Amino acid sequence: MEVSDSFYGVVENVCRDLYIQSLKEIPPDIVEAIRQAASRETTEVAKRIFSHYLQSIELGRTQDMIVCQDTGIPIYWVNIGGTLRFDGARLNNAIVRGTERATREHPLRSSIVSPLKRENRQTSTGERVPVIHYDFAPDSDQLDILFMPKGSGSENMSSLKMLVPADGVNGIKRFVIEQVVGAGAKPCPPTIVGVGIGGSSELCMAMAKKATARPLGSKNPDPQIAALEKELFDAINQTGIGPQGLGGNTTALAVHIESAWTHITCNPVAVNMQCWRAERRRAILQADGRVEFSF
Amino acid sequence: MAEYRFKTPLTESDIRQLRVGDSVTLDGVIFGVRDANMIRVFDEHIAPPVDWRGAALLHTAPNVRKVASGKYEPISVGTTTSMRMDRFTEGLLRDYGIRAILGKGGLSAKSAEAMQKYGGCYLSVTGGAAAMETLQIEEIERAYWEDLMPECIWQFRVKGLGPMTVGIDTHGGNLQDSVQAQAQRKAAELLKKMGVA
Repeated sequence: MEVSDSFYGVVENVCRDLYIQSLKEIPPDIVEAIRQAASRETTEVAKRIFSHYLQSIELGRTQDMIVCQDTGIPIYWVNIGGTLRFDGARLNNAIVRGTERATREHPLRSSIVSPLKRENRQTSTGERVPVIHYDFAPDSDQLDILFMPKGSGSENMSSLKMLVPADGVNGIKRFVIEQVVGAGAKPCPPTIVGVGIGGSSELCMAMAKKATARPLGSKNPDPQIAALEKELFDAINQTGIGPQGLGGNTTALAVHIESAWTHITCNPVAVNMQCWRAERRRAILQADGRVEFSF
Repeated sequence: MAEYRFKTPLTESDIRQLRVGDSVTLDGVIFGVRDANMIRVFDEHIAPPVDWRGAALLHTAPNVRKVASGKYEPISVGTTTSMRMDRFTEGLLRDYGIRAILGKGGLSAKSAEAMQKYGGCYLSVTGGAAAMETLQIEEIERAYWEDLMPECIWQFRVKGLGPMTVGIDTHGGNLQDSVQAQAQRKAAELLKKMGVA
């Protein structure tokens, strides 16, 4: 189905709204998990931190406030319906413009700089930013845009290891646990621990990141991988790192693993954590410009 | 665990009574600092344009709305990861008389030693809970070095900032560090139990 000329303007508005809304309304599955985690804490410090989390979630929802000051690196995961027809370059431009408008119109802190000169255009954009991933959905005429403002506290804890086949699944387990424990307080725990296994190096990390956006309670469809998710989740929550790394019973809200086939000599593993707010916002657009927002 | 409420500027005796796990709430003026302005002070050797004796520094770069030349209103003021600014801690205490660093995620053992030596503390702010923190900011009094936006030096007037948790005290306590050490030991045990040699 061919989109109308006004479609690109709709995409631009949607991307502006996704950015702003994602910073203010924490996904309901995350809010519920934070509430439950709060009720499991026994120490004064851990209880206080969770009460600060819950107060800030509430202020975001009811007072139209940004929950965390980190506006993050804007990342879009765009899933294109196979029967939808449009100009891809114009779509890409609309996403960039929506990001810039969110920054200017709200206004938001622009957290994006050039890597060496550290120049900030004050637009949350720059060379190759926002980061936009494209994928395709067969038999669909919708455009599905998932947005995450990836905060740097957790992003700076990302790591990849090109393990070899002889390291096996034990190598993967060791690496994930060492990374989460080593990150300690810095990624703002409790985190969602995204893990990529297999693929090439860049695919492995992209899977780890995408995994953090999976709704809580979801499992990898492969039972062996789902069992690994559970084993790692249980282990991480026994380490006692707790909220803000100050000690407590919940260190991870989930461990999500995504996988791809890999080279015969490769056994890559990537870890990408998402902080306790796990901001994400989704919009589904129809060719005629109708939009539905979700998480 | 004790609860304290202080007005800035802070004194050495205010700080030396604190123990890790205590809670501290602040009133008065605090300064926002982070990567770019710390690099300017310590690597480019440009003295900060303010007197920091007895000061509390918050690791932050806020979201603001410009209302007039040099005048900003807070939209979201939160706390960033302190470890990136770890290497500036001793200089801040020794050369500029800082008494408290407010941040998230903790500081190194070396910074904890400097805290002990010079009479400083680390106050752990709840990271990611900027909405709550923003309501505790009464006013952005000034922004210095606006060319570094958003990484200016920010002068905030705060009321009831906190409660924050004492993460590093002057008695050798370093809360994040002890939790980390314990977690490392536990992780080694868990890996053994999981059959990971």
